[in-house]
Amino acid sequence: MKHALSRAVLALATLSALVVSSGTARADQTVYHAADAPEATPVVYIGNIKPSMDQGTWLHGIFNELEGRYSPGGTDFRWDGEAWFGGDYNKIWLKSEGTLEKGRLSDGDHELLYTRSISPYWNLQGGVRMDLDDGPTRTWGAFGVQGLALYEFEFEATGYVSDRGRFAARVEGSYDFLLTNRLILQPQAEFNLYTKSDAGRQAGAGLSDVDAGLRLRYELWRKFAPYVAVTYSGYLTQARRIARDQHDDTGSVRFSLGVRSWF
Amino acid sequence: MTFPSRIRGGLTRRRFVTGLGAGGLLASLPRTSHAFSSKASSGIIPPMPSDRWDLKIGHTRISLDGKTMHAPTAGGTVPGPILRWKQGDTVSINVTNTLNEPTSIHWHGIRTPSNMDGVPGLSFGGIAPGETFTYRFKLHQSGTYWYHSHSGMQEAMGLYGALVIDPRRPDPNACDRDYVIFLGEWTDVMPDDIVSNLKMQDDYYVFRQRTAASFPKEAREAGSAGAALSDRLAWSKMRMAATDIADVSGAIYTYTLNGHAPDMNWSGLFRPGEKVRLRFINGSTMTFFDVRIPGLEMLVVQADGNDIEPVPVDEFRIGVAETYDVIVQPKDERAYAIFAQSEDRTGYARGTLAPREGMIAPLPPMDPRPVRTMVDMGMGNMKPGESMKDMDMSGDMSGMKMDGDMAGMDMHGMDMKGMDMSHMAMPKMEVDDPGPPPINVENQMRAMMPIDRTGSPGDGLENNGRRVLNYKQLRATRPGADLRPPTREIILHLTGNMERYIWGMNGRKFSESGPIRLKLGERVRFTLINDTMMEHPIHLHGLWSELENGQGDYRPYKHTIISQPGSKLSYLVTADTPGMWAYHCHLMYHMDLGMFRTVIVA
Repeated sequence: MKHALSRAVLALATLSALVVSSGTARADQTVYHAADAPEATPVVYIGNIKPSMDQGTWLHGIFNELEGRYSPGGTDFRWDGEAWFGGDYNKIWLKSEGTLEKGRLSDGDHELLYTRSISPYWNLQGGVRMDLDDGPTRTWGAFGVQGLALYEFEFEATGYVSDRGRFAARVEGSYDFLLTNRLILQPQAEFNLYTKSDAGRQAGAGLSDVDAGLRLRYELWRKFAPYVAVTYSGYLTQARRIARDQHDDTGSVRFSLGVRSWF
Repeated sequence: MTFPSRIRGGLTRRRFVTGLGAGGLLASLPRTSHAFSSKASSGIIPPMPSDRWDLKIGHTRISLDGKTMHAPTAGGTVPGPILRWKQGDTVSINVTNTLNEPTSIHWHGIRTPSNMDGVPGLSFGGIAPGETFTYRFKLHQSGTYWYHSHSGMQEAMGLYGALVIDPRRPDPNACDRDYVIFLGEWTDVMPDDIVSNLKMQDDYYVFRQRTAASFPKEAREAGSAGAALSDRLAWSKMRMAATDIADVSGAIYTYTLNGHAPDMNWSGLFRPGEKVRLRFINGSTMTFFDVRIPGLEMLVVQADGNDIEPVPVDEFRIGVAETYDVIVQPKDERAYAIFAQSEDRTGYARGTLAPREGMIAPLPPMDPRPVRTMVDMGMGNMKPGESMKDMDMSGDMSGMKMDGDMAGMDMHGMDMKGMDMSHMAMPKMEVDDPGPPPINVENQMRAMMPIDRTGSPGDGLENNGRRVLNYKQLRATRPGADLRPPTREIILHLTGNMERYIWGMNGRKFSESGPIRLKLGERVRFTLINDTMMEHPIHLHGLWSELENGQGDYRPYKHTIISQPGSKLSYLVTADTPGMWAYHCHLMYHMDLGMFRTVIVA
């Protein structure tokens, strides 16, 4: 008991000493103040002309994939693109992907997201996703992160909740290996996960499908790069069984040709 | 697979010289009261100074190196006419705007009243289409300067020219020949498109990155494949590129000398034995040049318009908006090349000094492009070229890891140590210290241990076997006009996010910051800490920036000071002219994307 008390006293003394010493340390230290700190009343510029135009907005769009996937039974056509409009902090972001397979549109995933920059390399995204193709239509609320991970790895992860109370997730990543300054090898993969199966859309519970590619592009110029690729699209786990039951292709490796292009 | 070294970025496949340089459009020169007795792009200074000038700003269709631009110009040429003034005179310049948008002319480095400085919003309302504005101010200074538009992106498209001010007293640097050497760039890509491209992909114009193909060479240089690989991994872990030298490159730029593309070979004549003065002006938008004249020693006699004790050099780096006057004395009856390679080595501006027209001097090969090192990252204690893997091994640097968390690196403690040191030399003084800049959307990193780099000629020039000018060598020929010690220090961090292409100070861009307020008559020390990986030529309008480079009272007076990456430097300012002044990085796209502040002297 006495021991405990003395220990408490000692702790208190140490603490107060710390407080005192930190107090004196602070007295020697600079109180941080930026000479260019924002002021309550903005400067009035002559003719209201701002000398720096740092609040601009930009519009860009990119087809990361715009490709034909060859197979003897018929060539599929696949696109995966996004576009955004906005400034440094706030953007409207549009994502769209889909596969045209023997005249039938599948994997049509379209998202309209508000995007907020939150750190040097990361954005938060929130909005809606519509599964819109020749299958049944589904609507989801979407929320996720998107950005540049360590080692300059492009990454996005989005969680979804559907109008029917189901959950889903999508994770996508890619990496650019520069073979030369114009010849670039890009492994890319996208995974979809669902909490419940949805046979109408060939979605299975758990890890449902993967769409991946190894693309070798040549940047004729930055905004236009034809590529050759090996792509894989397939169902996994439960979805694989669903596909098999429906006598569908459960997964196949294809030789692909496409163009990566942006504006 | 190999590619030609001068890949045009695939952006411009035309590659022919029109033979019709900017100077070929003299027919469009306005008929003005003052006769432009010299070709603007000849580099020849008008024979006499004048205190009255008329300058017509209009659109001119100019083709250079196969790149055509409907450019805003002064007097129909790029560069515009060389204006020659005389110290002590009160000059009047009537600037008439025939564009369909507002324009302005800023007299770079000239000490004018605030309302004559030519910055729309700060000095005046700009010059509306169809209007004539008369600039009128007394010249207190002499030397080599330049002028350019401060409206929109007009400067980036060609609205600039040289100023030469004769000293009242006999010029100690008078020479037999006297040429302006105006360095610039030319492109047919619109500035707004360049910015938009950089916003989408920050390395859009960089085609000199480390690749699989360049790996064997790097491994040889680093000593082993492992060392080269770990260096690469360290950079990519930080999501940065050691090859990030210039944002805009020779992929779209043709580098120009007096408005001449390299193939047009601008020539200045001399007789062997004559002294030739070359007034170098870097009027480019985004490019630093490394200048030399193989076979000739250059005597640097003036920096930013102010005479300095002559420094003999083989080479010097000239940042955007800086000027250097050099004297050369070619003795032989032969041609000498003026060779100005861009810092990123994607091209060069070129001219010739020759005893006769039409002579060509051999050009030296381009140097290897610089690679950024730990010094540029603000890890000052490490030597250039030292592997980044050493950084990871040091316990102190653990904060540098920039782990997967989105906050990026946290080096708070380190920074504060660095900050404290900055005050040690200065007793009782008011200090505006913003503290370590935040890591946020607008700022990617902090220089943990910024060092004094005024003794370094700059990245890519150290230990190249030549005598290269550095800032420590600049010594004024007379003591400063104001020898009071500063009573206040303003510390500013130069910050940015290359990935998002946002630039600023203290982690904020212009629109999110207040003005910097100086009291009239106040003597202030500005301390710049560069937390980015790039050089920033910082220009303060209206007031001199006296670089503290160890020359005491003979510190050089400059208007534009290069802050090297990972460095810390300071300069003194006497706030003797009231008004609103622009203060910014002179890389135009950095300025326009936020590295700009308003300085208010009242």
